[in-house]
This record gives sequence, C-alpha cells and structure tokens, in this order.
Amino acid sequence: MSVAPIGHRIGRWLVSGPPLLYLVVFFAAPTLIMVLASFRTPGEFGGLAPLIDESGKLDLNVEAYTRFLTEPIYFEIFLKSVWYALVTTLICLLLAYPLAVLIAKSPKKYRDLLLLLVILPFWSNFLIRIYAWMIILGPNAALARAVNSVLGWWGAEPVPLLFSSFAVLVCLVYVHLPFMVLPLYANLEKHDQALLDAAQDLGANAWHRFWRITFPLSLPGVYAGAALVFIPALGIFAIPDILGGPNDSLIGNLIKQQFLETRDWPFGSVLSIVLTLAALALAGFAAWVGRRNGGFGGPERA
Amino acid sequence: MRKRSLGLWMTALAAYAFLYVPLIIVVVYSFNNSRLNAEWVGFTFDWYRQLAEDENMLTAAGNSLLIGISASLVSTVLGTMAGVAMYRYRQRLLPVLVLAPIAIPEILMGVSLLIFFVLLNLTLGLVSVALAHIAFCIGFVAIVVRARLAGMDEALTEAARDCGASPLQAFRYITLPLIMPGVIAGALMAFTLSIDDFVITFFTAGAGTVTLPLQIYSMIKIAVTPEVNAVSTLLMLLTLMLIVIASKLSPNLLRSD
Amino acid sequence: MALLEIQGVTRRFGDFTAVDNVGLAIEAGEFFTLLGPSGCGKTTLLRMIAGFDPADGGRILLNGEDLAGKPPEARPVRTVFQSYALFPHMTVEGNVAFPLRMAKTPEREIAPKIAAALEDVRLVGFGKRMPQELSGGQKQRVAIARALVTHPTVLLLDEPLAALDAKLREEMQIELIDLQKEVGITFIYVTHDQTEALALSRRIAVMNQGRVEQMDAPSNIYNFPRTRFVADFIGHCNLLSGPVIANVRGVVTLDVKGLGPVDVATGSKIARGSSGSIALRPEKIRIEAPSSTPPNHHYRGTVAELLYMGDVTVYKVATQNGTRVEALRANSESGRAQFFDVGDVVEMSWPVDAGHFIAE
Repeated sequence: MSVAPIGHRIGRWLVSGPPLLYLVVFFAAPTLIMVLASFRTPGEFGGLAPLIDESGKLDLNVEAYTRFLTEPIYFEIFLKSVWYALVTTLICLLLAYPLAVLIAKSPKKYRDLLLLLVILPFWSNFLIRIYAWMIILGPNAALARAVNSVLGWWGAEPVPLLFSSFAVLVCLVYVHLPFMVLPLYANLEKHDQALLDAAQDLGANAWHRFWRITFPLSLPGVYAGAALVFIPALGIFAIPDILGGPNDSLIGNLIKQQFLETRDWPFGSVLSIVLTLAALALAGFAAWVGRRNGGFGGPERA
Repeated sequence: MRKRSLGLWMTALAAYAFLYVPLIIVVVYSFNNSRLNAEWVGFTFDWYRQLAEDENMLTAAGNSLLIGISASLVSTVLGTMAGVAMYRYRQRLLPVLVLAPIAIPEILMGVSLLIFFVLLNLTLGLVSVALAHIAFCIGFVAIVVRARLAGMDEALTEAARDCGASPLQAFRYITLPLIMPGVIAGALMAFTLSIDDFVITFFTAGAGTVTLPLQIYSMIKIAVTPEVNAVSTLLMLLTLMLIVIASKLSPNLLRSD
Repeated sequence: MALLEIQGVTRRFGDFTAVDNVGLAIEAGEFFTLLGPSGCGKTTLLRMIAGFDPADGGRILLNGEDLAGKPPEARPVRTVFQSYALFPHMTVEGNVAFPLRMAKTPEREIAPKIAAALEDVRLVGFGKRMPQELSGGQKQRVAIARALVTHPTVLLLDEPLAALDAKLREEMQIELIDLQKEVGITFIYVTHDQTEALALSRRIAVMNQGRVEQMDAPSNIYNFPRTRFVADFIGHCNLLSGPVIANVRGVVTLDVKGLGPVDVATGSKIARGSSGSIALRPEKIRIEAPSSTPPNHHYRGTVAELLYMGDVTVYKVATQNGTRVEALRANSESGRAQFFDVGDVVEMSWPVDAGHFIAE
C-alpha cells in the first residue's frame, strides 16, 4: 500500500484530519476542560472562580472531590444509581434472553422483521417513551385503578404508581431493553445447531442443553448487552426527573442540579467524572470477562 | 418440544407487547376527545389543530429542523471521512474519538460542552446545539460507512487503480458510489438522532432556545395535555419513516450499533 | 533482453519473508505460470508486479525500465483478480469502458473498442447486463475483457479459474490458451493447481516458501524435477532415497531402504558416498504378477492398498521394512476392476532412465 509514501501520507491526513480536528475541539477538549474544572473553585455567582486568584496563585484544589467522599448523601445517591442500573440490567437480561432465543430460532425470512420490531421503539423519541409510561401509570389510568382496587380488597392503602421507584425502574427497563436484545441475538444467531443436536445425541435434556451449551456460549453476548444497558442507565436523569418521586433522585439528577440550579461546576464535574469512570470500569470489566470466557472457541470466534 | 416453544412464544409476545403498547397508547390518545389521558371518550383531531396553532411548538419544530439538517449535513461529511480513514489507514486516536461519544454516558458530553461553550463566551443557542449534535453524530455515520466499506471487495479499489485510476478517481468512481447507500443511511440516522436528542440539547441549548424534545419536556413537566400525544405521534411517524428508509439502504445498519 | 525482469526481489511482512530474493526473466508473448502452494509468495510477487505491494529489495524492470515508485495506474500491466472485482454498479460495458475512460480515450472510440474486447472473450450481446446477472464463467470473461481492452504489455491472472467448477475450468483453460495466442500479450498466471499449470503454460516457475525452486518448461518440470519439493508437488511421485553406492558410466546406484540397490541414469557427476533421491512417477512402474526367479532390478512387494480410479488403478505396494511404492496400471482389460487385490504379491520394475536423480 505504501507505493507512493508521500501521496499516501497526504491522502491520509486529508481524510482523517477534518473529523479528527472536529472531535478534538468539540469532544476531547471539552472533556479535558471539565476534568480541569473539577479541581477549581466554584465562582461566586456560579460557574468557576478565576484560575489565578487575587494573590496571583494558581487556584487548583481537590475540595470538590473531598466533598463527594465526605458528605455521605452524595455517595448514597451514587450507590443508589449503581443499584438501579444493576437491577435494570438484570431485568433486561431476563426479558431479552427468551426474546433473543426466539428471534434467533425463527425462520430466516422473519428474523430481520422480528429484530426490526425490537429496535424500532428505540428510534422513537426518548421523551415520548417516558411520557407513555406517565400515561399508563397515571392515577386515573386503568392500570392504577385496577391495582388499587385489588389492594382495596385486601384492605391495603392505595398506592400511587406514578412518581415512584417502580415507575422509574419500569421505564429504565423499557428504554434499555433493545440494547440487551441486539448483542444477545447477534451471539445466539451464530450458534451451531449441530452442537445442540450433538448434546441431545449424547443424552442431554433440554435444560442441560441450555445450561451447559447455549448459555455458556452466549456469555459474550450477555456481557456486551450488560455493558450497553448499564452505561446509559447509570447516567440517566430524565426518567427519575419525570417519573420518580422525591427519593428517586439519581446521580444524573444531581449533576443536572449542579450545573443548572446551584451552578457549582467543580462539584458537578466531579460527579460527571465519577459517573463516567464507574460506567467505563464496569463496561471494561464486562468486556474483559467476556473475552476471557469467549476465548475458547466461543461462537464469536467461529 | 412443542410446549417449550409455546412458552417461548408467549414470553416473546409479552415482550413485544411491553415494547409497543405504551407507544400505541400515546398515539391512540392523541385522537381522544378528552383532556385526560385516562379513558377513551371519542375521536377528535382537536389536538392536532391546537398543535398547528401553538406558536411555541412551531418555533421548536423549526429549530429542530434547522439543527437537524445542518448537523446531519456536516456530520455526514465528517463521519464519512472518519469511516473511510478508519477503514483504510491504521489510526490510533481517531477510532477512540469517534466511538467514545457513543460509549460514554450522554450527560458527560452535555455538561462538558456546556462548560466549554460558556468558557468560550459562545452564546448558547442554535449554533451550540448544532455543534454538539455534530460531535456525537460523526460516530454513528462513521460506523455505518465503515461497515459498508468492510462489506466491499477490497479488490475493487485495486482493480480501479489497475485500470488506470488515480487514488482520487478510484474513490470518486468506485468507492463512493458503492458506499453511497451507507452514507445516505448515516445521514438519515444523524438527522433522526439530532431531531430526537434530549440530554445533550438540554445542557447546550441555553435558556432561550427550544427544540421539539425540550418543548415536550417542559410540557410534560408543567401540564400534560394530549397535545403532547399529537406532537409525539407526528415525531414518531417522521423517525419511523426515516429509519425504515435508512435500514432499506443499509440492511445491517440496525445491527451495527 | 527479456520483457519483464525480476531481479533479486524480496518482500517481508514483519518477520515473515513472503518473497525471498526471486529472480525471473519473462519473455514477450509468453504464457508464464507461477505455481506453488498457498503462502508460497506467488500472489505477493504478482501484486508487486502490478504495483499493489512495494518490493523491500531488488528491482522489477519492464522493457528495461525500473517500475519502482510507479503506482499501479501508471504501469502498462493489468490484473485479472481472483474475485474478478467487477464494479457492481456498472454494466458490463461500463466495466470494460472504465480503463478506456481513465486513459482519456475519446468517447467515440470507446464503443468500438468495447465491442472488440467483448468479441475477443465471446460475450457479444452482454454489454448491457449487470455483473450480478452473469454466471461465474461470464464474469471471468468480462474481467479479462476489461483487462485487455487497453492492450497492456503484461496481463497478470491471479488464480482466475479457482472459483469455477471442474468442467467449466477445463473449457476456460482452452479458451485462455487460444486468447493468449490471439492477442499475443504476455500472460503471467498464478495458480496452486499443478495440472492447470502444466496444461496452460509455456514455462512454469515453481515457488516454495518465497523462493523459486525450479523454472522450466512443463514437461521438464514434470520429468526432471530439480528438488524433492518440485517432485512431490507436481503430480504423484515416489521418492526413493539412500546413499550412492556406485556410479558407473552415467548410471548411479542408490541403496534404497526396503528395495536394495536401485539404478538410475543421470547426466551429472555424483560422488560415491553422497546421498540423493530418485523421483519415480507411478505410471513409469510396471507392476506384474511375480515371476519364479526375479531378474535384476525387479522388486517384490505386497499390495497394501488400492485406489480404483476408473481408467487406472493406483496400487500402494509395501516392500520389506514397510517401504511403500506407488504404482499405477491402466485398466485396459474390460470387465475387470483391477489386476491385483490387496494382499497379492507383485513384482515391480522400471527402465533405468524412468526415474530422475535428485541430489541432496
């Protein structure tokens, strides 16, 4: 390929230069500036205090980090966010697995359609999908009335479905389900039916075939799906904002609050960095486990 | 065997119902002759009529369209270049920068761009939102274009060179026409993502600028009326159309993200 | 002076040397074949001639002019790709016209040239078809027409028949020979299929591990392999090895394990005490029922396996110590599947000049 090395190099820069420049300016630089902002002092009227203070010294400190670590309320909210994201991931897995198996096993001509049907809701507006649950769970809607009349028979107090942790979780699962189905399907589709036939031939019943063959081979898909669900679920703020109660504030809401209400940028930056690191750490862990388990001739390699 | 597949079908049916019933309810109630989204009262077009007269909504729609078109145009050009560069040349930094905006939590990009724009003294508004949208759309376009390139026989470009075409001519006459469906699909996807984006827009739009998702957000937060259902229905129709066209053009589009 | 001279050309990929100091001289109008197993470097060499891969050492001269630094589009060399690489968004005509357009041929001259090229490959009337609507053989012809339309100096063909079924492949082989004679352009043909190489070429270079093992006419390659690799790679061959125990008037005697002394005629001088192999083709061995007293240079063994191929039967004969010799006998008598059965004792013999001596 290096027939004409100089022309080659120029061509390479002409093609990769513009997108690279754009992303350096509008993605890498802002991210680095935010990291820097997390070490600065909040300004008197919001934003940031001058980088060089009145005495002419460089004003960098770790106060915002200390605050996150020492005031338990923030760490609690962080843990709660991780918990919500984990529960969401687990429920998504339980719902997505049978669906992905079914699509992978259905006749070839229907597979694309069935998959498209899973993905389409993802392409409808995020807020519309939250709004839909506002309607369904609303106090006057049929679901709430039915639930509460059953509770009434048992003599229990009526419960509101909307503005509750329940509403937040249902919507989190709803919004993220396609992210779990896609990688699972992509993995299951590649499985060789002959393996299952061989297992059956060797005396494995349906449960053993699933648990000893299909499931272990699908683990790379499971881990990929888990990462795809967990990362966005951890940073969500609109769902608790719209569907949650007063106790359902998650780290995303806290970040929004720091930037748009209290205007404490350094602390908001700290929270964003913690969120991102946590998300990437878990996704990286999932990828690592996935690669280790998929290493011995998993279907990804086939 | 039969029993097991029946169980599987029931689960799948339930999952599809879970995915679609909420959206269907939104659509159905947009034609409901009642202020409450609780019970079917009767059929009406009133909410759509109200929508057409809602100045704020029309402004928001205009803004969304303007941002969507400019963001998708720019990100398609840049994303195509990125996709080609990532496929053709060994790149270290570019793939990271292209994929990271997709992989990290959206909110991080929103707040970091907010800090960035404010520090630059750039007035938050249409321009800042469009700049932000371009940054995250580049990656989606690049992925589609790269997938399209990967599906192309490498020998075709060599054959073009062999037939006497310069690298630029080979790109112009062979590569570009062959990846065009991917480029168009990427553009439609970028437009859809831009029109739909809420989180990043929320942080980078500033106080004065409203897009459709921001307008929907404030309506949901303040007062829910079936006008929201009406605008949602129209928006869903639009994205549905765009995505179906895009997936026809690039069949593996929907799987590659 | 040869048309294309390859002088000490080397190509490395990391630690792997794909092409190792190769030298070849290819004459104008020749049908030349690079033959070897996959990974032997033949395709890399072809790509260096075309200009897709740079050489790490050595020179490639075309008509005495060094091609180094010339991009593929500037070389009067065209390639027929293994995958055909027909542009899927252009018609057959569009594909054939592409090199003409790139060469800025006046538009009115293009149509007659396309017509002539399609006629050469017997595809008249297919001009408006899209590549997807063609069969494998037709695609192959379009690829050749596209490569030939600008009358290149050299045509490179990279396993062009590999994707075709056996019957079609044979037809295309004959057509390629005819076509090459007709256009008179130098063909450099890459293949791993030895029968194809033998059938098509005027000369063959057998490559192994980046080196040229032997370069010669097909019959010489087959009958007088210079190395064990060539003997083994081209057709079936018994390699009888052992020390040289005698050398009398152009006849060398080897002590072959399991057979005893075996004679072979050779023109070259071989010292006693050195060792070597005799390359002996199965079809050169006579296989018969044992006689009462075996004459000199007749060897006895037992049929261990047989492969009935229809026209011929291959007998794998085990001698003492388990040495195996493969012999072939035409099934010339009707109604009999073979002459011998597994377990039969047989006697093998061959003329002294049937084998070919390969020094170690």
